[in-house]
Amino acid sequence: MDLLEYQGKQLFAEHGIAVPSGEVASTVEEAVVAAERIGYPCAIKAQVLIGGRGKAGGIKIAADRAEAEGHAGAILDMDIVGPHGEGPFRVDQVWVEGGSDIAEEYYASVILDRGEKKLLAMVSAKGGMDIEAVAAEDPGALVKEHIDPTRPFTAAEARPIVAAAGLAEDALDDAAEVLAKLAETAQDEDATLIEVNPLIVTAERQVVALDAKVTIDGNALYRHEGLAELDAEAIDDPQEAMAREKGLTYVKLDGNVGILANGAGLCMSTLDVVAQAGGAPANFLDAGGGSKAEAIVDALTVIVSDEKVTAILFNIFGGITRCDEIAKGIVEASSQLDLGVPLVVRLDGTNSEEGLEILAGAGLSNLHQETTMLGAAQKVVELAGGAS
Amino acid sequence: MSIVVDEKTKLVVSGLTGREGSFHGLRNRAYGTDLVAGVTPGKGGQDVEGVPVFDSIREAVDEAGANTSMIFVPARFAAPAIDEAIESGVETVIAITEGIPVLDMLKTYWKAKEAGVIGPNCRGVLSPGKANVGIIPAQFFDPGKIGVVSKSGTLTYQIGNELKQAGEGNSSIVGIGGDPIIGSDFIDILKLYEADPETELIVMVGEIGGDAEERAAEFIASDISKPVVAYIAGFTAPPGKQMGHAGAIISGSSGTAQAKKEALEAKGVRVGESPTETARIAVEVLRG
Repeated sequence: MDLLEYQGKQLFAEHGIAVPSGEVASTVEEAVVAAERIGYPCAIKAQVLIGGRGKAGGIKIAADRAEAEGHAGAILDMDIVGPHGEGPFRVDQVWVEGGSDIAEEYYASVILDRGEKKLLAMVSAKGGMDIEAVAAEDPGALVKEHIDPTRPFTAAEARPIVAAAGLAEDALDDAAEVLAKLAETAQDEDATLIEVNPLIVTAERQVVALDAKVTIDGNALYRHEGLAELDAEAIDDPQEAMAREKGLTYVKLDGNVGILANGAGLCMSTLDVVAQAGGAPANFLDAGGGSKAEAIVDALTVIVSDEKVTAILFNIFGGITRCDEIAKGIVEASSQLDLGVPLVVRLDGTNSEEGLEILAGAGLSNLHQETTMLGAAQKVVELAGGAS
Repeated sequence: MSIVVDEKTKLVVSGLTGREGSFHGLRNRAYGTDLVAGVTPGKGGQDVEGVPVFDSIREAVDEAGANTSMIFVPARFAAPAIDEAIESGVETVIAITEGIPVLDMLKTYWKAKEAGVIGPNCRGVLSPGKANVGIIPAQFFDPGKIGVVSKSGTLTYQIGNELKQAGEGNSSIVGIGGDPIIGSDFIDILKLYEADPETELIVMVGEIGGDAEERAAEFIASDISKPVVAYIAGFTAPPGKQMGHAGAIISGSSGTAQAKKEALEAKGVRVGESPTETARIAVEVLRG
């Protein structure tokens, strides 16, 4: 689960990291009221879960009321696409914060290093730009140091790291303090990524987190009530919200071939073979292990609520999941829902023969059976019509 | 031979008195696995269909001779259960539980020195004809010469079934799990297959997220003499979206299926386009 910038900054503030004060606003009027209260100059920042907001025009500085109104109007409701093609993300909220007098711009982060099974602290004196580019062009400018995840990480341990990164001498103590607190935040809040870019030194020589990118481990939300509430509010895609409510693992994509498979790996693989066959998947939906008929009805409800979907592929390899249960679910869903699109069904594995008999007996006119995964992918692409 | 589990496995199941734990534990026993004990704190002295239940894994080791532990307890209690298994002196801990907080697993990972931990969020390990520990449906796999190591469950059954239809079987099938932090990575299992005389070819099934496949590619080039055939899932996965498994996520530009495929191919590993093609290549390479 990713936090919006202002949510991340609230988390930082709770852990004693200095952040500019500000207010969140969902309308131009609210943004102007906030700007008037905060004073000028102030920054108006799009609250979307993606980097590169500045380049996309999602961050602007307002010198007076008229500019605040103009910028908020321009940024709210804009669609922002991420640097790696993520999104687009619609801007529903802006964060209005007091302008900072920036003397230096640094970079600091604490992330989970999956490969080394440790936390990794990274610091650079080259902040305020794309850190992947900095790392590629000038690897020495990004200082990396692993942190033992089994015990607290202290400012004394952080100091050599910030010093090696070449931060200003008079900011080293404060920057080390911030790095230690970022690690503390990661450990206390179950964050797998915390990135501050830029971490600034103000003209008054105060070290302040000017941005916040925070990812919280979804599996740990049960022990962070406040964050769990943010997570529930965060989903704005109607299909994803519906799937969440029904307890399904669903990811919306932008094609027209609806997909249901059992197991995350098989489902990803199904998307891939559909794409290889020339189709465009509309979604990822893992029906999970041991799926019962009701779960299939729920899954189909979510898939067909996406109006782009013109055909659906069921790719089931029954292990614990029984194909006869899947077949019952398909028949049940066909009677309850107006599917209106062809279904291609491939059932293999546990009780597949019983499942196929149930489907044959139901006489569904929009149902096509295939015996192999590749055959099923080709068939569904053919029935779905041109890629969207 | 085979790896991780075999005829000498003496299994203790944490969570045997629970619904899932008893269902799968008893299925494993029905397959022929020597299920010697269950563990549920406070329920010591009871039994589940004749299998004695103890209060701790240590007691199961001391009194029933358990050498392999399977963890089936709910996510928020699972990391302490894995810790307990590690400290009890069993050789292998297989953690099936999905949803363990990653920082809990990070701490647990560094406690495992003597014991090998497989998982969490995995399907377990099957050595066809010998033992099954976990939730892999054994009927799709025959004994044979191909070792399989995979992050995913059903995808492995798909490939295993295609191998079976082509007349080939498996020395072992190891599900390493789909979480970001797992006890044993591809490299740990590749090492075991390399040393296993029964295994003649290795099929490695990876997916988006992290860099375990890239690391495995390096390791294969330096340390593995047996042929390896790979499959990677998630070419169409968008960045930043978690695709079912907690670990299956492309972060920025890293962890993509394309990068993994290229890393493997650069080290001479053939990578199938689909599960079907992967099985076909494996059979072709095996038969020379």
